[in-house]
Amino acid sequence: MIDFTINNQKVSAQPGWTVLETARYYGIDIPTLCYHESVKPSGACRLCMVELKEGDWSKLVASCIYPVQEGIDVHTETERVNNVRRWIFEMLLATCPASEEIREMAARYGVVSTQMPVHDPDQNCMVCGLCARVCEEVVGLSAIAVMDRGVHKKIGSPFLRPTDVCVACGCCVSVCPTGAMQSIFDTVRGKPAMEMTQLAV
Amino acid sequence: MSQSVETLDEIVERYPGQPEYLIFMLQDIQSTYGYISEDSMKVVCDYSGVPLTQGYSVATFYQSFRLDPRGEHEVRVCLGTACHLKGGQRIVEEVERRLNVAAGGTTEDLRYTLSTVNCVGACALAPVVVVDEEYLSNMTAKKLEKHLKTLDYDLENETKEHGHV
Amino acid sequence: MSNVSEALKIEDWRLTSAEDLKALQKQILSGRDPNRPEIVVCHGTGCLANGSEKVSDALRTALADAGIEAKVMPGIKTTGCQGFCSRGPLVLIRPGGLFYQRVKPKDATEIIEKTLLKGEPVKRLLYKDPASGDTILNEQDIPFYKLQERVVLHNIGKIDPTDIADTIAAGGYQALAKALAGMTAEQVVEHIEQSGLRGRGGAGFPTGRKWRSALKAIETKGRPVYVVVNGDEGDPGAFMDRTIMEGDPHAVLEGLILGAYALGAEKGYMYVRAEYPLAIKHLEVAMVQARELGLLGENILNSGFSFDVRINRGAGAFVCGESTALFTSIEGKPGNPRPKYVRSVEEGLWGRPTILNNVETWANIPLIIGKGPDWYKKLGVPHSTGTKVFSLVGKVNNVGLVEVPMGVPVSAIVEDIGGGVPGGQPFKAVQTGGPSGGCIPYSLKDTAVDFDSLTKAGSMMGSGAMIVMDEGDCVVDVGRYFLRFLEEESCGKCLPCRLGLSRMREILDNFSRGRGSEQDIEDLISLAQAVQDGALCALGSSAPNPVLTTLRYFKDEYLAHVNNQTCPAGVCKELITYTIDPGLCTGCTSCARQCPNNCISGRKKEPHTIDTDQCIRCGICRETCKFDAVRVS
Ligand SMILES: Cc1cc2nc3c(=O)[nH]c(=O)nc-3n(C[C@H](O)[C@H](O)[C@H](O)COP(=O)(O)O)c2cc1C
Ligand code: SF4
Ligand code: SF4
Ligand code: SF4
Ligand code: FES
Ligand code: FES
Ligand code: FES
Repeated sequence: MIDFTINNQKVSAQPGWTVLETARYYGIDIPTLCYHESVKPSGACRLCMVELKEGDWSKLVASCIYPVQEGIDVHTETERVNNVRRWIFEMLLATCPASEEIREMAARYGVVSTQMPVHDPDQNCMVCGLCARVCEEVVGLSAIAVMDRGVHKKIGSPFLRPTDVCVACGCCVSVCPTGAMQSIFDTVRGKPAMEMTQLAV
Repeated sequence: MSQSVETLDEIVERYPGQPEYLIFMLQDIQSTYGYISEDSMKVVCDYSGVPLTQGYSVATFYQSFRLDPRGEHEVRVCLGTACHLKGGQRIVEEVERRLNVAAGGTTEDLRYTLSTVNCVGACALAPVVVVDEEYLSNMTAKKLEKHLKTLDYDLENETKEHGHV
Repeated sequence: MSNVSEALKIEDWRLTSAEDLKALQKQILSGRDPNRPEIVVCHGTGCLANGSEKVSDALRTALADAGIEAKVMPGIKTTGCQGFCSRGPLVLIRPGGLFYQRVKPKDATEIIEKTLLKGEPVKRLLYKDPASGDTILNEQDIPFYKLQERVVLHNIGKIDPTDIADTIAAGGYQALAKALAGMTAEQVVEHIEQSGLRGRGGAGFPTGRKWRSALKAIETKGRPVYVVVNGDEGDPGAFMDRTIMEGDPHAVLEGLILGAYALGAEKGYMYVRAEYPLAIKHLEVAMVQARELGLLGENILNSGFSFDVRINRGAGAFVCGESTALFTSIEGKPGNPRPKYVRSVEEGLWGRPTILNNVETWANIPLIIGKGPDWYKKLGVPHSTGTKVFSLVGKVNNVGLVEVPMGVPVSAIVEDIGGGVPGGQPFKAVQTGGPSGGCIPYSLKDTAVDFDSLTKAGSMMGSGAMIVMDEGDCVVDVGRYFLRFLEEESCGKCLPCRLGLSRMREILDNFSRGRGSEQDIEDLISLAQAVQDGALCALGSSAPNPVLTTLRYFKDEYLAHVNNQTCPAGVCKELITYTIDPGLCTGCTSCARQCPNNCISGRKKEPHTIDTDQCIRCGICRETCKFDAVRVS
């Protein structure tokens, strides 16, 4: 067992666990968007940041990928952590204004509005890539992937055209944390998502 | 042109069929054909044993790959720091205006592709423009336009000599 | 012992020992007369861009036409970048070092007839020092060169990088031979540790410590392990690594082979950015020639140690300079950084222990092994040993590549070597460390250029770009520039970087239009903190640096934009107007003819005026006017 503290509370973890897994085990709340038990964590959304303190010195790490270590002193609600969270939520509200899920989650953490300009009111995908990871790691098909880079990054099938590699298992739709895959799915299969989702895990 | 262009198979077979050679093959295809067509992408992915999604995400991630045919001449304006401070952005804007094409695009007559690049390592000659393989130093929009005119001239001459372009 | 032929043909040699290498060196040198004149033409990327290939062709023709006796026939040598590209094409006459600049093909005959046959200089091709106005004959007396200490660059400009005989003659591969013949792998690592060498790629991580950790990782994980050269040089405005790879490719290769020997690696990779075709070519040529000689490949110098290298051409992505993104890219995938809290010395390429070092770092290795760590430590200052190569660009008289010992003050580089800002005013700031770095204002011009002092001043060493800014450069504009660059180059994987940099840039865009408030400046700082803390890789976490340091040193300039809607430097388009000074305008009409929006009017030989409502502020008129009559305010 590996012993350390989260928010000054003593916790023990199995070797190989991450800080997030330990926190969840103890019911300590850390927000996440791009994390899902069934696939490898990818550290993309950065909502799960926590602060590690060591004397006067501290650093922020993503708890979903940070492996537990003996004696670390983890804090989940510090000023720095909350600053990162607040900005991510504000930016998400502006970039994915069409996502009900994101709005609800942000509100739970006290962010209800954003001062930033909305460029695309219909957008709801935040390109966390979870859908593509599930399709690759769980379904084993890689029918969809994260394409392009930077601000242009998006989810899709090659050449952004329907692909028959997709077997319409619906896994991607069911793991999507923002509800976006529902509509993207049409372009992957060339058929409305509703017909497929009953197959979802 | 009479010289034979290598076939797709010849290009991919330079390399072992492994994922680590995917980028090599795409680069060679791009330099032979100017862009990566959907068919060639399929061939490369099949040959190197990766899903089509990997080929496509690689080709869209890296700046040098194109999925559409390029213009006859590629004009790359440097916007690295040194070139930026010496007015590279102004050259881009001016060329966009004169060629009537946005950076990243190709003119309708498929003559020029205009793109920007972040430093070509010739910063002491800023601002730098690279036309095809040729580096042009201390450029201004005016000098560039003159240079492009000489390219057009070459083109016309070629047409006259060979009776086709 | 291999076949010692009379007329040296490299192909006939296959070196099997350190003695062989010495014998080859001796033989090459014995065939050369140090007093025979040699015409050196720079064939670096910069000089080639200025037409130096035509110059060397013309010189060859002129030599042939001059009917010189074969015995005293001067040689023509083409070299890598000599650093003073802004003066290119450069031609040097050795011995002596007579220095000709901006040489054109039509000057060739005169150079041969006057200088080589009669020993007289061609005056108009000589260098005139912009600071003192003096005309200077020889390379070694030009301040730009005189004040440098060329250690890593010692071969560049002297050897033909495409001919391994030149490298061998200059002592190349002696360090490798020494290590293979008489040093254990452990001793090689110790030497590097003792030298104090720190990585030249940006972060300044101690190289010896990195290698030591790799050895530790090998203890538990075993082999294979890999050695990798980071030749991605993405920092826009930097060309140190390009110059080294182009001008002395064997130095990088020798360093890499030494690293491979220290770790027991059989395979290495050089990741070189695609924008450097000449560097790639020279590295490839170097590898072929080294293999032929038995310095690379199977059983190097008969030592039982085998190692080979492959070049990966980058495909255009700045983020691939980041270590984990570079490995992902070599593996044939999009270059997204890996989200792992594990060091690449333990889990690097293909998940194996890997050492990744920068080009310049690798080029230092043979020097340290060859001359010993004690010699090396005498260069520079205690915590930053050795020298550093900088690309000095921007608003400075002597633009080019310079090498100095660590620890010299900023002013020594910018003012003494660089000759200061054209026009003689003090510089405004020097930006170091590129998009991840910050700036040093004129008031801190005595700051020592070493890893720790630069960091303390809020900037960083970075890879070695030094961009000199004068009063005509706007800090808001420069901040926007770097953010836009990083926004375009962000891999887009993590939210703080993908969304945060765009947001920061939008705030600065507003500033450049005179919009925004002091509250926006506060928001900018708090968002910058979130990006620094939240980003997955160092591209994002260091991206706010340029903005944060300029805010620290030039806050007034930011305030001028948001509070007074003015851009003191006269750069931000929406805050400036172009006018024509009627006192200076001669009515030559050239601006009016060039204006793309046709908004300049006036009669021939009478002062012109600009219709400010129509003006798109492209600045072409100002560039065009020969009488400096166009004003910005
Ligand atoms: C976004 C980013 C870009 C980088 N680009 C380069 C580069 O072009 N060349 C380089 O040597 N190091 C670059 N680095 C630093 C490398 O990650 C790595 O630290 C370095 O190559 C290690 O070599 P060194 O210890 O010899 O400096 C970059 C880092 C980041 C975060
Ligand atoms: S569709 Fe959903 S799961 Fe996929 S990237 Fe977008 S937000 Fe993430
Ligand atoms: S529905 Fe299609 S794209 Fe989605 S996980 Fe299943 S196979 Fe992949
Ligand atoms: S910080 Fe930027 S470049 Fe680095 S992983 Fe995140 S998005 Fe990609
Ligand atoms: S949940 Fe950890 S980064 Fe998204
Ligand atoms: S900045 Fe343009 S060549 Fe380097
Ligand atoms: S290329 Fe000739 S001096 Fe740099």
